[in-house]
Amino acid sequence: MRAKRKKLIYNAVTFGLVIAAFLICQYMISTGQMTRSLRNQLIPICCWIVMAVSLNLVVGISGELSLGHAGFMSVGAFTGIVVSGWLLNAFQMEDVTLRLVLAMAAGGLLAGVAGVLIGIPVLRLKGDYLAIVTLAFGEIIRNVMDCVYVSVEGQGLYFGFLNNKLPGTLLLNGPNGAVGVKKIATFTAGFILIIIALVVILNLINSRSGRAIMAIRDARIAAESVGINITKYRMMAFVTSAIMAGMAGALYGLNYSTLVASKFKFDQSINVLVFVVLGGIGNTLGAVIAATALTVLPEMLRDFGQYRMLVYAVLLIVIMLTTNNPTIRTFLDRLIAPVKRLFRKKNAAELLKQTGGDAQ
Amino acid sequence: MFFLSNLVNGLSLGSIYAIIALGYTMVYGIAKMLNFAHGDVIMVGAYVSFCAFQYWGLPPVVSILAAMVFCTVLGVVIEGTAYRPLRQATSLAVLITAIGMSYLLQNLALLIFKSDPKNYPAQIIGMPGISLFGGQLKISGVTLVTILANVVIMVLLTLFINRTKLGKAMRCVSEDRGAAELMGISVNRTISLTFAIGSALAAIAGVLLCSAYPIFDPYTGSMPGIKAFTAAVFGGIGSIPGAMVGGLLLGIIEILSRAYISTQLADAIVFAVLIVVLLVKPTGLLGKQIREKV
Amino acid sequence: MKKLLAMLMAAALLLSCATVLADEEAITLKIAHIGPLTGAAAVYGNATSNGGKIAADEINAAGGKYRVEYTTYDDTHDAETSVNAYSKALDDGAQMILGTTTTSPCIAVSAEAYEDRVFMLTPSASSTAVTADKDNMYQVCFTDPAQGTASAEYIKQNGLPTKVAVIYNNADAYSTGIYQTFVDKAKELGLDVVSETTFTDSTKDFTVQVNDAKNAGAELVFLPIYYGPASMILQTAAQVEYKPVWFGVDGMDGILTIEGFDTSLAEGVLLLTPFSADAQDEKTKNFVATYQAQYGEIPNQFAADAYDGVYALVAAAEKAGVQNGATYADICDAMIAAMQEITVEGVTGTMTWSANGEVTKTPTAVIIQNGAYVGFNK
Repeated sequence: MRAKRKKLIYNAVTFGLVIAAFLICQYMISTGQMTRSLRNQLIPICCWIVMAVSLNLVVGISGELSLGHAGFMSVGAFTGIVVSGWLLNAFQMEDVTLRLVLAMAAGGLLAGVAGVLIGIPVLRLKGDYLAIVTLAFGEIIRNVMDCVYVSVEGQGLYFGFLNNKLPGTLLLNGPNGAVGVKKIATFTAGFILIIIALVVILNLINSRSGRAIMAIRDARIAAESVGINITKYRMMAFVTSAIMAGMAGALYGLNYSTLVASKFKFDQSINVLVFVVLGGIGNTLGAVIAATALTVLPEMLRDFGQYRMLVYAVLLIVIMLTTNNPTIRTFLDRLIAPVKRLFRKKNAAELLKQTGGDAQ
Repeated sequence: MFFLSNLVNGLSLGSIYAIIALGYTMVYGIAKMLNFAHGDVIMVGAYVSFCAFQYWGLPPVVSILAAMVFCTVLGVVIEGTAYRPLRQATSLAVLITAIGMSYLLQNLALLIFKSDPKNYPAQIIGMPGISLFGGQLKISGVTLVTILANVVIMVLLTLFINRTKLGKAMRCVSEDRGAAELMGISVNRTISLTFAIGSALAAIAGVLLCSAYPIFDPYTGSMPGIKAFTAAVFGGIGSIPGAMVGGLLLGIIEILSRAYISTQLADAIVFAVLIVVLLVKPTGLLGKQIREKV
Repeated sequence: MKKLLAMLMAAALLLSCATVLADEEAITLKIAHIGPLTGAAAVYGNATSNGGKIAADEINAAGGKYRVEYTTYDDTHDAETSVNAYSKALDDGAQMILGTTTTSPCIAVSAEAYEDRVFMLTPSASSTAVTADKDNMYQVCFTDPAQGTASAEYIKQNGLPTKVAVIYNNADAYSTGIYQTFVDKAKELGLDVVSETTFTDSTKDFTVQVNDAKNAGAELVFLPIYYGPASMILQTAAQVEYKPVWFGVDGMDGILTIEGFDTSLAEGVLLLTPFSADAQDEKTKNFVATYQAQYGEIPNQFAADAYDGVYALVAAAEKAGVQNGATYADICDAMIAAMQEITVEGVTGTMTWSANGEVTKTPTAVIIQNGAYVGFNK
């Protein structure tokens, strides 16, 4: 009972915080208190949160180190851009919301397909070998996207590989990436996407399938011996994560008027991994907070001028050391222990009152 | 002849990958961590030897030694300050710290040396090239030195690991850290030693890399670093001959696919070959099959 | 220490300005420069940042009607960060943008600026997609297609060899942009393109590309790329004893300033560029001298474009009659109108602008002789 309740509280806190943050942001926007700088970061923050939450499913819950998560984002982003451009040019679909929804759905779908295609070979491997293969796929996707040309004429889409002589308007222009993208991403869409991702992933974690996935992570052989279909469940986590990343990618791609494939290279996958690890591996709420904090951080450091990225690097190392070194951790725990104890006592006392002394 | 000259170029590039991959693979084998800052130590090695030669006017050999000493110290310092406190933490936490370290080195270099690319002086490895088959096949001095250095390093390292007491200690730590500690081996010192050797190799790799491909800037190390990491996995991470084979193959595949298939898709082809190899041999070409305990 | 000194000097400069201007109230223009100060493209952003700074200092020291408050924002050559930098600049009260330095971020930022009505002048983002459909966006540099076409025409008209090889960076918008129009124009003019090879930012080894050009018998190699990889190609070619005519574009400028580069390898390289650091006119000489004194390097075309960019912005502001405290949206339309009327004599030539944002200036062909640029006439 206790564990279930704890989980419930955790989920409620996660959703509560996200919704509260959204409402506060909306309020600040409507009253004009939010700086332009922060306002323009809201949508990318949403995208990075979804990326972090979805990678957390693979790294934290399923226990596979994936270094190519940005590849799925790339697939989703370019799909979303092409679909949105096609709907606008070929069918004059002016409805922005519908176009965004369709683009994100298509982005998620294609990234999911990519997830299945990549998952089949990748999930046969383990540990660092799996990591390097995901890295390789990420790089292949980037390299291939540099050679893809897509154009729209009439109602037709034209694809070219290493061939830019296509009729009509170019939507994707090889290494020049997507240009002339009509920006249709909205903060509300980002918020809804976060909620969807949280619902899907938290439900998955707390379901029978989720427990199977975690059982595989903790003891693969034991899980197999009790009849859990390892490939199926690993695949389930991997593809769900890919779909989420694809949708985040579509939203991201439609938030800027241009996008190049090199945006999604290896560094970006690593960046998302940093969110996950910093948030506490396997901790969904932590991933949300870390993604937000680390996206805003480089902007906050602008006052450091040319030392900005240096300070960022130092902060990253210091944070990792303080949160993961046992000595420093114990020291910090001792510092905050009195505060914690205060709360715990209160909680215990309250519980005692409510349940009539049966809080054990 | 065209094929032969491409092969030689591939060997040269592959040898550099192999030397970098050796550093990756040793650190992985013993400290069980992916040291993503390794590529940037290469860049530091290149800058130090460049400064020693160009600014302080030291002779080439001394410049290279200076780079090796500096990188060795740097490697040990990085290990001691950033990685050692995380010995008990998850390997992912160390990975992220290594990435932070990589950013740190890049940005420090950017502040000190500015962003302008520099040209690595050809005199540091001032070996004349040779020409074979009546001048049809030319092999540059740098290529010869690189291939030779790779072989020498490989032999010395194998001897060191297999024949010396320290090497034995390293193998012990890599196999079972706890048991090694019980046998009286200082794990921390052994890991420091590994970082020292790996970083010295990185310095050599930096000198060779920049002699062969002379334009360098603060970001020069990162891509070869990643390719070398790929090579290490390709050959079977943790295995020293594996790093050598993996590096050489990766270099050759990269050059040949660029020459015969497509210059645009060379990177994709390299990584695709890697995937195929790992599917056939899931622990790399020469990797050990680890038996799982129940 | 250097920084402190620079700050002291700047303070002294400001003080001296203040005394000169006691009688007449000066109008301060807040110009925000956006470019990559860190990351793999840092070399370009630092050049534009420095070049612009010199122009701003000169304008402030000259004590005319306008003062320039020049601030640089780092965008790491990334569209997302660039938009963030832009937002921060506007939060800080910027009135106009000099930037962004690199193409892809510039397209992203100019779309934002178009909606917000912010006047933008990029020193170096040369793709036509930067200015397309945006009336607020102007360029100091040539567009990529203009360079590609001009190069092909130049080769044809001046009787240079017509068996041509092209080596370009297919992960780079600038390089592919020039390449595409060059090849189209070359075919039209009857040039024989016998070899087309590519590389990416991570490419270290250029033997395949050089050998391909050599084996195809190309007598001229067109390099629509930056000077870093170009110098590697020259060194590779020297190793395989391949000696075609090398033909570069403005990205090639800077090749002589690479520290440690054997400039004899660049002997005979032709390039079509609006700026050469060795030009003997007074303006260029002053600019190069100041740049060298302050930053210890010889400026390249990026720095020169940014230097001219600041002068162009001030000239346009003067024409538009920008007053103290005007917001960016107030002055945008006036700046757009003024931009088409002004003529700026800069270090990259005499410039005028058309309504689509593109610049008109004449590129000059220079050839490298004895480690220096010499005007090329054939």
